[in-house]
Order: sequence, then structure tokens, then C-alpha cells
Amino acid sequence: MQTISHPVIPGSPLVQQRKPPVSTLVMENTTNKQNRMKDEQMKPTLNPLAGSHPKIVIEGMNFFYGTVQALTQVNMQIPANRVTAFIGPSGCGKSTLLRCLNRLNDLVDGTRIEGKILLEGHDIYAPEIDVTDLRTRVGMVFQKVNPFPKSIWQNVAFGPQLQNVRKRATLDEVVETSLKGAGLWEEVKDRLHASALSLSGGQQQRLCIARALAVNPNVLLMDEPCSALDPISTGRIEELLHTLKERLTIVIVTHNMQQAARVSDLTGFFLLGELIEFDDTKTIFTNPSERRTEDYITGRFG
Amino acid sequence: MRKNSLKKFFDSGSLFIWLCGGALSVSLLMIGGLLVLIMINGMGYFWPKDLIQFTLKDGDVVLGEWVATEIIPESESLDKPKGHERVQLKVGNRDLYGLDFRWVDRADILNEQYPLDVLAFERREWGNFFGRIKQIQKGESLLASGHEQALTVLSSLLEQTNGIQEKIHDIEQNEIGELNHRLEQARLELRTLDLDGQGRPEDRKEIEAAIHNLEALFEVQNTSLIVLYDELEQFRVTVMDVAGAEKTIQLGTLVKVWAPNSMGGSDKLLMYVQNFWEVLSEEPREANTEGGIFPAIFGTVLMVVIMSIAVVPFGVLAAIYLKEYARQGLLTRMIRIAVNNLAGVPSIVFGVFGLGFFVYVVGGTLDQLFFAEALPNPTFGTGGLLWASLTLALMTVPVVIVATEEGLSAVPREYREGSLGLGATKLEALWRVVLPCAMPGILTGLILAVSRATGEVAPLMLTGVVKLAPSLPVDGFFPFLHLDRKFMHLGFHIYDVGFQSPNVEAAKPMVYVTTFILVFVVILLNMAAITMRTRMRKRYAGSSV
Repeated sequence: MQTISHPVIPGSPLVQQRKPPVSTLVMENTTNKQNRMKDEQMKPTLNPLAGSHPKIVIEGMNFFYGTVQALTQVNMQIPANRVTAFIGPSGCGKSTLLRCLNRLNDLVDGTRIEGKILLEGHDIYAPEIDVTDLRTRVGMVFQKVNPFPKSIWQNVAFGPQLQNVRKRATLDEVVETSLKGAGLWEEVKDRLHASALSLSGGQQQRLCIARALAVNPNVLLMDEPCSALDPISTGRIEELLHTLKERLTIVIVTHNMQQAARVSDLTGFFLLGELIEFDDTKTIFTNPSERRTEDYITGRFG
Repeated sequence: MRKNSLKKFFDSGSLFIWLCGGALSVSLLMIGGLLVLIMINGMGYFWPKDLIQFTLKDGDVVLGEWVATEIIPESESLDKPKGHERVQLKVGNRDLYGLDFRWVDRADILNEQYPLDVLAFERREWGNFFGRIKQIQKGESLLASGHEQALTVLSSLLEQTNGIQEKIHDIEQNEIGELNHRLEQARLELRTLDLDGQGRPEDRKEIEAAIHNLEALFEVQNTSLIVLYDELEQFRVTVMDVAGAEKTIQLGTLVKVWAPNSMGGSDKLLMYVQNFWEVLSEEPREANTEGGIFPAIFGTVLMVVIMSIAVVPFGVLAAIYLKEYARQGLLTRMIRIAVNNLAGVPSIVFGVFGLGFFVYVVGGTLDQLFFAEALPNPTFGTGGLLWASLTLALMTVPVVIVATEEGLSAVPREYREGSLGLGATKLEALWRVVLPCAMPGILTGLILAVSRATGEVAPLMLTGVVKLAPSLPVDGFFPFLHLDRKFMHLGFHIYDVGFQSPNVEAAKPMVYVTTFILVFVVILLNMAAITMRTRMRKRYAGSSV
């Protein structure tokens, strides 16, 4: 049993250093696979972090945009209170998968899903599921920073108001705790009624996180949340993820491999709609079992 | 080499920039020219002009306001040689000479004077009178004679007679109007009883008694009217034109009297403002060529407001369905094409539809169902404010649909997904985030619709506009807003005054004034909508609409 620690991979330079000759690499991979096979025989789940409780279970999932298949036979178990990163080249289906987890893909005409996604044991695509209720439990932060053109206060109170929270005092409290949770309170507490669009990009993204936190979700999906932000804002959001994972399950899609290495406990590598490898982040970045994973993270393609 | 440099010049784009700039300036110049022309012709109407007195070679004396000067065209006969100037005067005194205007050849003029004691009289009939006062009488007694004496008493007398006129107007419009209204109601009640065929005789008697009572009241009012008219008739003024012809006018028919040649600049300015205000606030007289255009302004604005109230909800809801809910495909594409084509259909076609559908079918049915007692007099089964507004709403609904759809597509997808991601239903996302962001686009549609509807005349002629409406569509009688009434409209007023009036020449300034005010009303309505849009944009700054 491994304990989860933050992976100590500084980034691709180091990864590239350990580029072995191709022949050894193949051998290494085989041994690794054998090890894992042994592991899997002992553990009944696909989850490499055995012992922690799986929050989301994806079983045999296929996803189609019209006739184009975007995801093929995805199986994975996302553990609770961990940060799980999805990496892979553009168009590999990682964002599609993320958007399936709160059924945002329902809005796109002509999509079809096969297989199962279980959230805490319940199929989220079951007909009796209330989608709006699901989305309050599975929050989302988007790639494009999207605070509504309203005040900071109104942005954060938006979710609770949808759930018919009307009392001003309650709303004020929710706004404060959410903004504190997103580490934004100190910066905006004096101008809660200023337009959200007057904030900087990084602040706006943290506002979006606060907005998502305000409905008290237990899963937070993040679709490349830092891709439009500068390194300092990125750093602040990454710090935030560390504190947030104590109470939330976080799934993050990122193009930035250093970021995946820094913030996540588990990493799944996607290629052409398939989940190629899903493992402990440290393993993925130091000792991947798949050749394609290694090629991608060492920058040989993608 | 040379060819190369020429190509370089073309490719550099400076010629193209000049072309674009030129096109823009020509367009602006034309619009500016249009406005200036209307302004000059329209605004000059209010200025109290000097009265010129020409003494002609043949001994004739002519007095009037200068209108125009022109070179005599070539085709004239020998006695009017070409190349000479002639002057057009508004000589007024139509009751004496039959014509308001007269051309005078420069060559025939002996001298030109601006006598200080000539007066201009604005009358309620026969147009203006230019001349001098001889005497003022009340009954048989002489109140004043001669210019000086007459002027001292004239203003107070005019105040008195105008006061009586106002009283008469008040009685005719309000008191008798209300009696008429109640009488009509009572008669209709009686008719309803007849139609039902089961009215008890007591009910009948009661209503008949009420009618009798009302008729008695009517008589009382009528007597007081006669008294007032008699009083008015006592005041008479004898006037004399410069050629010496005399005429006795009832003082009550005079609106105002002024002596333009002895007025200073500030007096004229004051009168200018007063005249302007009168046109804005008063009812038309003399087949619309004189007096004000208030009912037309009122009708135009009210119609546009009712049209907006009808068109915005329909257009916006239709656009929301088309954009947000309908499955996009061949059908929605065809609907979009149809909607766009509808925007290009000539307005008279909508007028015909309005007449055929709204007036005859809907209105006729309404009459049979709810206003049967008034038949065969139509209530809604004839042109009226409601049908005209609805016809224009139908005409402008494509504009609103297109603009709203564009506004909706300009709302970033992230806003929808963001709100849905927080647990909003589609309706909540629409209502709380998407629609507010699309509001500027919707208002753009409204602005376009209002601009188009305000200036539209053709469909209105078929669906409810008249040249002279006896009463405004809003008054003190229940239900206060009378959607079934016919109304006046600035656009139709222009056509009517300019081309249908018996005295086209005299009405020309009125045409420009009305045009100017129509343009002004359009601008004002647009400004209101634009202000609203700017406020929205500020509130939702960052949305790209």
C-alpha cells in the first residue's frame, strides 16, 4: 500500500534525462507490467490507490458525437478526496469525459453515451436522476474564465439562489465561506458589489471556483482551469487545490504536464479516445508501463 | 517600371481609403442636407414675417408676407419679359380675393414700404387677414375706432373672446361629450334588451327614463351654448385691407392679432416660440392646414408604444424558441429564411392583411360576440388603433426575431454552461444569465422596429388612420384607452396636408413642419431605446453584444 505524497517531479527536463535507450525501455515496461499484473491480482479494483473509497466509477464507457466515437471503453475509478488529472493531446477525449461526469454533454445535439458512470454507487445517467441536482453535487470550473456579468456577490450567490435560498444573512454567509474557500475573500471583501468583470483573470477564476463551492459540491471538475492564467495566478490555484481536496474530490484536465505532476495524486493518460494508462502520478511520470505514455510525457509527440 | 509603381499605388490602398471615405461623406452629406432642408423650410414657418406693401404702376396696392423670389421663366409672353424677377407674396384675405398668394413682377413695382400700422389677423376660418382696423363694436356700441385706440382694447377683448371660445370648447367636448357617451350607452342597453327579447318592461322604462333625463340635460347644455355663442357674436371688428375693401369679422373667430412691422426682435422670438408651441399642442383647423398637429403626434407615439408592447414579447419568445429550444435542422433553416423574407415584404401587403384579417375577421367576430348591440355600426370591425398597431407589429416582428437571435448567439457559451454547471435548469439559465446578456441585442431590434413603424403610412391608411379624428384615443371615459378608435398619424398627416388639402400652396410650410416633427419623434423614440440599451450594456459590460 502506498501512501500518497505529492510527486516530487520537477517537470519534463528531469523526465527527459531519464530517457533510456529504446530496447531497455521496452524491457522495463514489461517488468513494470508484470509487477502491476501481480498487484491487480491482489486487488479487485482498477484503482491503484487501494484502500481509498472510489467516488466515481466509470464502466465500459463509449461516447459518440453523432457517428464519431470520442471515447472508447473507458474504465476507471476515481478515488475520493484526491486530485485526479487527465492528460493527453488535444482531441483525445479527456474534456469530453470530464463533461460527461456532470452531464454537460447532454446539451450538445446528437451525442450518445454507452456504459455506466456511477457517482457514489448511483448511475448518473439513470432516468430518475435529476440533472440539475447532479450538477450541484458535481461542480465545474471552465477553461475560459466565465464569471457572469454581475457583481461578485451575485456571482457567488447565484447557485444558492437557484436552490431557493432567499435569506440575505444566509446568502452573505455562504458568499463569505465560499470566497474564503477559494482564497479570494481578503482581496474582495471590501468590494463585493463591484462587477466581477473588474477582477483580474486569476481572481476571476478563483471567483468561479468560489461560485462552484457555494453550492457545496462533493466533486469539482476543472477543465484546464489555468490555461489562460499567468504563472503566479496558476500557482495560487494549485495551492488551492491542495486545501480543497481535503473536502472534495477533484478531477482536473490539463495540458500542462508539470501541472499534472505538481497537483495530482493520480493521472490518467488519454490517446485517441482511449484511456491508455491510469495510475499513481508518480508512477506515470517516473515509470509508466505504456510506451505511448512515456513518449507523450517525454515530449516525443503531442 | 512605371506600371509597377502604378500597381504599387493601387495596392497600397490609399485610393481605396479615399473611395471609402468619399462614400461615407457623400452619405452623410445627403442625410445632413435632408435634415437641413426640412429644418429651414419647417422652422421658418413659425417666424412672424414682416408685411411688405408694394405700390404698383397701375395704382394697385398689395400687402403681404414675402414667400419667394424667382426669375421669370423663358416661356412667358411679351408683357412679362424673361430675365426679370418676380416676387411671390402671401396676401391672405382669401374671403375677399379667393387666393392666398399673388405674384408681382419687379418691373411693375413703384415702391416698397413697411407700414407700421398694418396688422396680421390669424382667423379660425378663411386663413389670415392682412390690413388695418377701422373700428371695434360690441353690439351697437362702438368700443374703439382707428388704429391706436383699437390696439389698446384689442388684447383684452381677444382674451375675453378666447375665454368664451374655451368655455364653448369645454362644453362641447367634455360636458356634451359625456352626455353623448352616456346617451349612447343607454341606447345600447336598450338595444341589448331588445336583442335578448326577454327584458322586463320595468327595465325598459328605467332606461327610457334615464334617456329622457339625459336629453333634458343635453338641452340645458345646449341653451348655455347658445347664450355663449350670442355673447361671442356681439364682438365685431371691422377691418380694411390696403386696397380699401372693408369686412366685418366676429372677434370670436380671431385667434390672435399682431403688428409684425412694429415688433422688435425679442417680441418676434417670443412669438416664434409661442407659435411653435401652438403647433405642438393644438388641434388642427381648416382641413389640417392651420392650427396644430397635437392629435397626430399623440396618435403616432401611442401607436408605436402599443406596437412595441405587442411586438417585443412575441418576437423575443419566438426567437428564444427558434434559437434555444427548437432542434436545429432543415425546418429551422426554412423558418429563418421565411422570417427574413417577411421583413422585406412591402408594407402595403401587411396593410391588406391587416384589413382582411384583423379588421374584418377578428374585428367582425369580436363585434358579433361582444358588441352586437351596436351593430350594424362596427366597433372593432373597422379600422382602429389596435388593428393598426397589430399590423405594424406583424410587419416589424421579423426585425425583432432576427435581432434577438443574434443577441442570443452573441452570449458566450461559457455563460450558459457556467450557470447550468451550478445546477440551473435551462429556463433559469436563460432567464437569469442569457436573456439579460442578450438584452442589448433585443433592444437593437426594438429600435429598428420603432424606426420602421413610426414612419410607415401605407398599411395605416387601410387599418385605422384618418385625416381628422374627432377625439383622441385616450380620454376620461371608461376604459380610458379606446383601442377601437380611429386616430391621426404624422406620416399620413404629411400626405393629407400636402396633397389632399384644398389649398396646397398655403399648406406647404405645414408639410415641412410636420415632416420635421415626425423626424424629431423618430429620433426621440430611438434615443429613449438607445439610452436603455446603453444602460444595459454598462450593466452587462463584457458581453460582446
